[in-house]
Amino acid sequence: MIPALAALLVCQLVGEALVRALAVPVPGPVAGMAGLLLALVLRPAWLAALKPTTTTLLQHLSLLFVPAGVGVMLHLQRLGNEALAIGVALVLSTWIGLASAALTMAWLMRLMAPPADQGRP
Amino acid sequence: MNEGPPLAGVAVDRLADVWVYLSASPLLGLTVTLLVYQGAFMLYRRSGFHPLANPVALAVLVLGTLLWATGTPYATYFEGAQFVHFLLGPATVALAVPLLEQLPRLKRLWLPMLGALVVGTLAATVSAIGIGWALGASKATIASLAPKSVTAPVAMGIAEKIGGLPTLTAVLVVCTGILGAASARGLFDLLRIQDPTVRGFALGTAAHGIGTARAFLVSEEMGAFAGLAMGLSALFSAVALPLVAGWLLKLV
Repeated sequence: MIPALAALLVCQLVGEALVRALAVPVPGPVAGMAGLLLALVLRPAWLAALKPTTTTLLQHLSLLFVPAGVGVMLHLQRLGNEALAIGVALVLSTWIGLASAALTMAWLMRLMAPPADQGRP
Repeated sequence: MNEGPPLAGVAVDRLADVWVYLSASPLLGLTVTLLVYQGAFMLYRRSGFHPLANPVALAVLVLGTLLWATGTPYATYFEGAQFVHFLLGPATVALAVPLLEQLPRLKRLWLPMLGALVVGTLAATVSAIGIGWALGASKATIASLAPKSVTAPVAMGIAEKIGGLPTLTAVLVVCTGILGAASARGLFDLLRIQDPTVRGFALGTAAHGIGTARAFLVSEEMGAFAGLAMGLSALFSAVALPLVAGWLLKLV
């Protein structure tokens, strides 16, 4: 677990350092993810050492959002004043995002695949 | 959790001393976060992982109420909770593992995924700005709404760049994730989208990490595609959203 955690932190650190050095607007952890993916493609044997820790971490991904969510306390006033606009924009744009992403992907997959391939139950 | 059951024989001021100590140390915020989340997760499991019993929503509600009831400022709570918050970074890096396992399919599906990513991200952003503007939200609020489909650390950075409030964006990001995770199944069924790769990818695009967490509960496959979408959307949004949203905000 410790080597796996260290590997994740090293990737994140390298990612953070790279995006700052190159002044690209990509978040450091995302660059770190790309770096780890590259490392694993080159050295698939490392996967076994990482997998238990990453699985645990990703299974509890929801927990990691809790502290940011509690920050709602700081904005109750604004949220109350603009409740209608924020609420409607939040709900509709989330559904629009979900639906447009799903429909676009399904449509492009149909375009690329032979029609016989589409009969999923 | 509060200061515990009043023990017979312990003077009240002694108890107050304990509370003063605990409320100033990061230990309490961290412990309470884990305990409340664990409780919320057990309820979620007991409900058969019902999408409406989202553990993040429940935990935020309970913790917010606790802080309010004890008069604890958010900053004090966050001194403990930051250790959990910090793990968002390593968890994002960890997404490389499920990605690697889906790599052969990713290679085959790159074009549909790229299309879904661009259309989904832009549609969510533009509609959030448009609806917020049409209903008379203030400019800072609109700018905070714009990046809400992106994973929290990235969205906060974008909000800062385009004149939003990063902490408000963090809250809206979490709300979007909860909402997306709770309503995706119904929406996809309505649209007759059955393919788990499409469901996962769309969920990751529109509802980032909370959608991804939900997708991992349904299946590893759906989770991997959601995680991929979340990572790609973070990349794409970090580059494109400051431009698109910045330009739209000049119009409103």
